Amino acid sequence: MTNVKKATLILEDGTKFKGYSFGADKSCSGEVVFNTGMTGYPESLTDPSYLGQIIVSTYPIVGNYGVPSREVGTDGMSVYLESEKIHPEAIVCQDYSWDYSHWQAASSLSQWLKEEQVVGICGIDTRALTKLLREKGSMLGKIVVEDCADVDFYDPNKENLVGKASCTEVMEYGVDNEKKVVLIDCGVKDNIIRCLVQRGAHVIRVPWDYDFTGIDYDGLFISNGPGNPDFAEATVANIKKAFEIGKPICGICMGNQLLSKAAGAKVYKLKYGHRSHNQPVREVGTERCFVTSQNHGFAVDTATLGTDWEPYFVNMNDGTNEGIRHKSKPFFSTQFHPEACGGPTDTEFVFDIFMDSLK
Amino acid sequence: MENKEIKKVLILGSGALKIGEAGEFDYSGSQALKALKEEGIATVLINPNIATVQTSDEFADKIYFLPVTPYFVEKVIAKERPDGILLSFGGQTALNCGVALFQNKVLEKYDVKVLGTPVEAIMNTEDRELFIQKLDEISVKTIKSEAVGTVEDAVRAAREVGYPVIVRAAYALGGLGSGFCDTEDQLVNLVEKALSFSPQVLVEKSLKGWKEIEYEVVRDRFDNCITVCNMENFDPLGIHTGESIVVAPSQTLSNADYHKLRALAIKIIRHIGIVGECNVQYAYDPASMDYRVIEVNARLSRSSALASKATGYPLAFVAAKLGLGYGLFDLKNSVTKVTSAFFEPALDYIVCKIPRWDLGKFHGVKREIGSSMKSVGEVMAIGRTFEEVIQKGLRMIGQGKHGFIENSPMHIADIENALKEPTDSRIFVIETAFRKGYTVDQIHELTKIDKWFLCKLQNIYNTATQLELVNGIEELPEDLLRLAKQQGFSDFQIAKAVLKRDMEVGHQANLQVRDLRKQMGIFPVVKQIDTLAAEYPAQTNYLYMTYNGTTHDIDYENDGKSVLVLGSGAYRIGSSVEFDWCSVNALLTVKREGWRSVMINYNPETVSTDYDMCDRLYFDELTFERVMDIIDLETPHGTILSTGGQIPNNLAMKLDEQKVKILGTQAIDIDHAEDRHKFSAMLDELGIDQPAWQELTSMDDVHQFIEKVGYPVLVRPSYVLSGAAMNVCSNDEELERFLRLAANVSKEHPVVVSAFIQGAKEIEWDSVAQNGEIKLYAISEHIEFAGVHSGDATIQFPPQKLYVETIRRIKKISSKIAKALNISGPFNIQFLAKNNEIKVIECNLRASRSFPFVSKVSKINFIDLATKVMLGIPVEKPNSNVFDLDYVGIKASQFSFSRLQGADPVLGVDMSSTGEVGCLGESSAEALMTSMLSVGHRIPQKGVLLSTGTAKQKASLLDAAHKLHKKGYQLYATEGTHRYLNDNGIPAIKVHWPSEADKEPQALDLLHRKQIDFVVNIPKNLTSNELTNGYKIRRASVDLNVPLITNARLACAYIDAFCDNSIDDIEIKAWDEY
Repeated sequence: MTNVKKATLILEDGTKFKGYSFGADKSCSGEVVFNTGMTGYPESLTDPSYLGQIIVSTYPIVGNYGVPSREVGTDGMSVYLESEKIHPEAIVCQDYSWDYSHWQAASSLSQWLKEEQVVGICGIDTRALTKLLREKGSMLGKIVVEDCADVDFYDPNKENLVGKASCTEVMEYGVDNEKKVVLIDCGVKDNIIRCLVQRGAHVIRVPWDYDFTGIDYDGLFISNGPGNPDFAEATVANIKKAFEIGKPICGICMGNQLLSKAAGAKVYKLKYGHRSHNQPVREVGTERCFVTSQNHGFAVDTATLGTDWEPYFVNMNDGTNEGIRHKSKPFFSTQFHPEACGGPTDTEFVFDIFMDSLK
Repeated sequence: MENKEIKKVLILGSGALKIGEAGEFDYSGSQALKALKEEGIATVLINPNIATVQTSDEFADKIYFLPVTPYFVEKVIAKERPDGILLSFGGQTALNCGVALFQNKVLEKYDVKVLGTPVEAIMNTEDRELFIQKLDEISVKTIKSEAVGTVEDAVRAAREVGYPVIVRAAYALGGLGSGFCDTEDQLVNLVEKALSFSPQVLVEKSLKGWKEIEYEVVRDRFDNCITVCNMENFDPLGIHTGESIVVAPSQTLSNADYHKLRALAIKIIRHIGIVGECNVQYAYDPASMDYRVIEVNARLSRSSALASKATGYPLAFVAAKLGLGYGLFDLKNSVTKVTSAFFEPALDYIVCKIPRWDLGKFHGVKREIGSSMKSVGEVMAIGRTFEEVIQKGLRMIGQGKHGFIENSPMHIADIENALKEPTDSRIFVIETAFRKGYTVDQIHELTKIDKWFLCKLQNIYNTATQLELVNGIEELPEDLLRLAKQQGFSDFQIAKAVLKRDMEVGHQANLQVRDLRKQMGIFPVVKQIDTLAAEYPAQTNYLYMTYNGTTHDIDYENDGKSVLVLGSGAYRIGSSVEFDWCSVNALLTVKREGWRSVMINYNPETVSTDYDMCDRLYFDELTFERVMDIIDLETPHGTILSTGGQIPNNLAMKLDEQKVKILGTQAIDIDHAEDRHKFSAMLDELGIDQPAWQELTSMDDVHQFIEKVGYPVLVRPSYVLSGAAMNVCSNDEELERFLRLAANVSKEHPVVVSAFIQGAKEIEWDSVAQNGEIKLYAISEHIEFAGVHSGDATIQFPPQKLYVETIRRIKKISSKIAKALNISGPFNIQFLAKNNEIKVIECNLRASRSFPFVSKVSKINFIDLATKVMLGIPVEKPNSNVFDLDYVGIKASQFSFSRLQGADPVLGVDMSSTGEVGCLGESSAEALMTSMLSVGHRIPQKGVLLSTGTAKQKASLLDAAHKLHKKGYQLYATEGTHRYLNDNGIPAIKVHWPSEADKEPQALDLLHRKQIDFVVNIPKNLTSNELTNGYKIRRASVDLNVPLITNARLACAYIDAFCDNSIDDIEIKAWDEY
């Protein structure tokens, strides 16, 4: 680690954190958010929901098990990752592990970041940084690497990130399967597709603003995705049309927010969001609780839901909405990620409920 | 809450601390008691371990200092009629007892409801065959194995799965009787032993080289599950998790690995039906995602205590609440106070647990570590890099190591073998291997330790080599110094590296580095453990320090209202839970008196490191460096050094030099008691007698001194090559052998020789003084004659057989010493008394091991009073006379020889017990019987084997032998003893020593055939043949779980007690009924 360059993380309030670069030799900027998961950096980095963000890992040691192969399988999905590339602008940690050890590792994290031209910075007091973000809310920030040109602050929430993260053409998976599921790609994670295909879905993945109402589908699935849901009006309009069709609908994360918007609810920005693998949610009206994986900066205002709708899950820590469902029709969604990757797999049953509803 | 009808709950403790079952259960039990108290439920606790925190009146409503055995527990149930019972907070002891009570239908008879995990579920995890069946039902893989009940079946099973195999005993704590076997001979040996402890052993295929991973899982009765923590062993499978360095969270698992095992753990806990907490241990293939479940502990365990401390999640507290019927969603996260207890902690630090071994204390024990536990304690280090925590942790274990590197060079005969065969010092062999040029790959091949860990260790080594290139402390570059601190180097280590390893590095160099880094602005920062990685605000007082950070988590008041209490560090032989009790009581008094109580300690098995026991907890090192760091930040009113045993005491002079305000007795006076020469001179001046002693530097001088005082002598070398640090030598031959083979005598390594007085009584003085005036004291009397370490001795209080004259003299001498040393606070003096001649052998200006014992027996809290004194509060002498008790307390020692393969279970001047109990009785005999039963003795039913040492010892045991005979025991005796008994008209069957292999009957055969169920073996002296014969018999008794006594005085007292009284004579009385 002798040829390591110095790098500085600068927040929009002027706070500076000095550290060392272990990624691409360039500067970058984005919205600084923290994630408290203790594993899963390859999954997070390839999660399109992190588009435009700088991820701070509160777990101090990162890179331990390297990075698996980036190969894409015959099914058109990444074998080990959540998409074909890294989406966030940078990753920030305390202690980057230059040496890694895992039988599935194909390279180090550093190598991968460099290949994909993504910035990595270590030697940062990520706990102090996290406390700052918690107190002041998510902030814009930039990382300036020694000898590299400075960059301006960039606010990803001011542009339509869903449009950026979504596919541009229709793609299909599990074509031999019986049940046709239209998947609105707002920046979908591959494991959502895997979970559907494994359960017998023929997934038709469509762009975020695609009018799918002409397809004869059995169910509609709305994926996760990055940024501010208010930009995805086109999607909301299509979901409203799907209400008329009446076939089962399920959404995850951004999908929950868009379904809620279609149901008339308002969405607001959380102070610093939920990005972790340990979020407790409770199924409303029951004694059933689940530990969930989450990654979102916006939340549904339950009070604004239409009268036909009800909250499905609630966050046990801060009482925010974790899912909604229609009182009589098979429409529901979760704010958390039942597909996990990374994080706990306890809520994969959500896919079962959806697939069962197609019968 | 479900169980509204539950008004009174019985909790079973784990008894004396022993290898495999130690302080963690004081912590678990204390937490459970707190949880019940919060609900307004009356608590009844059975635990003979009088030194624990849980057996204090603040914790439990009724406390019985009785053995945790079905017999006694049933009696207590009959008397107390509790509504419910908690079985999972007292380790394997409580669990086994609970299962027996369930099977005997005692619980049913008295309508006692088992709270939490049902007994059937416990039995499903304890019986290996049932356990495997149970997991087969849900297609969870276990290790292929066969349960067998005979040696023949074991041999057949091993042939089927193929060697190497591992043998495990069912229903045994901490892997007792378990081990690896490469050959059939080894197997036969091990299985025979294991079957004497357990009706069933398991033979299974060994998976050496796999990773070992653990999850702590919690489930409520609504089927909600969480995993609170996972942990990864640094050592690969094959080393008991209690013997391995462990990190949390796991470091080498990917997200897929982590969640695969997590999901399995939840599947398992659901299927078994645990309500509360359990621990799942996995073997995990390092080259695929294949796994095996090793075991499930359906109770709080060492790992769960560790997980609680590692995460801040109070597992035992929550488990107790779940047992009462709560759901996890009903409970709050006790750190944030606002978020739910249904969550999984996110750590933003790494912890590292390192076991503490004391194998050097035992004669004949093997240094290899493996599938059964030998360690006596553990430490936990917290930091933000692995390098930082491993170095902190290796300092914390307190065996003279400065961290991973810059220690005194080791002498390793065969480095590859030392890497391949794990021992208690393998981690230091790795350091040596780096120095010798071994690569990470080579070391991995030999050790199978994951390369990630080895690379991190190599980082430390690389930094050390850079430091070694620096030419002087003043030339240290800032970046390098900072890097070293971030990798956990102590100032001392850095000084040592720079000044080259072979130089004597003193405290001054240490201070020089400290000054330099302060000038450079290199300081550690204080961080909180908040369970949610800073996601939610938390007013937590659970803190650690790290160099991997830039900002403190807390703002200091700087109001001079803090009082620091230094804890006692890792449990070890000679310092364990008794000092935790002292520390906790000091904290409680500090708090009650209106000060901010601040604790520094790093032992995860303690109550003192429970963050709700104090206002601020630094889970960190007790080194001069770290204590000073904390004092710099806290700017306390003062620091208490005298309640945490020897570790804080040793810091007195160094802290004093830095103008740290020490509360109570001053450093200079502490030094006067600690320094042998100064103390001795003071005694001479005061006209107080002491055994003759001299510090000598040559063999000639030694001989000259012995000519004056005569044999036997007590020899204490300052440099020990192997074996025990002290020895009694009775003749020239023994002296020569000890000093030539085991130690060195030279100018650099002087040896202290003292006259050893035989047949003397040993007396303990535990006391509190204020400004040199005695305020409170307790005198206790050893049952054994002097020569047995006071930590191993059986002690009674109040004394029953001391002359009034002796007591008066002891009081006078103690008053003089207290005055001369101007003592303010706790202190302890040890005396020898023979024919009313009193000699002082030791004086400690701190709380001693017996403080909790005398406090609880007398019902006067000595530490409370001592702490008030140290806070400068004027105290009155308590009114009640501590000797005017109409009952007796007896403290007996718990030995763990069965765990220490090969160790000679004989008592001597070096301490070897791992724990103790203290029981009360109307008479000495009753208290002694109860306490002996509490440390694992069973009243014999059949035959007693006597081999009773020298003529004098034989004579002293004659009455006892007579009693045994009259009571109807069949006596067996070895040759000399047999002759002596015959001459005195006591019939006995003559048995032969192992060395007379051709003669019948053989003592060993009788032991194997269970014809003998009590052995009294008094070693005559240390001649080698006697050692071999006596050793074999003693060892066989221990290995075959036959009660053994090796001291004539104790044997007499115990035989008297059980011949004159029956077990039914033991009264079932709670502490407050005395």
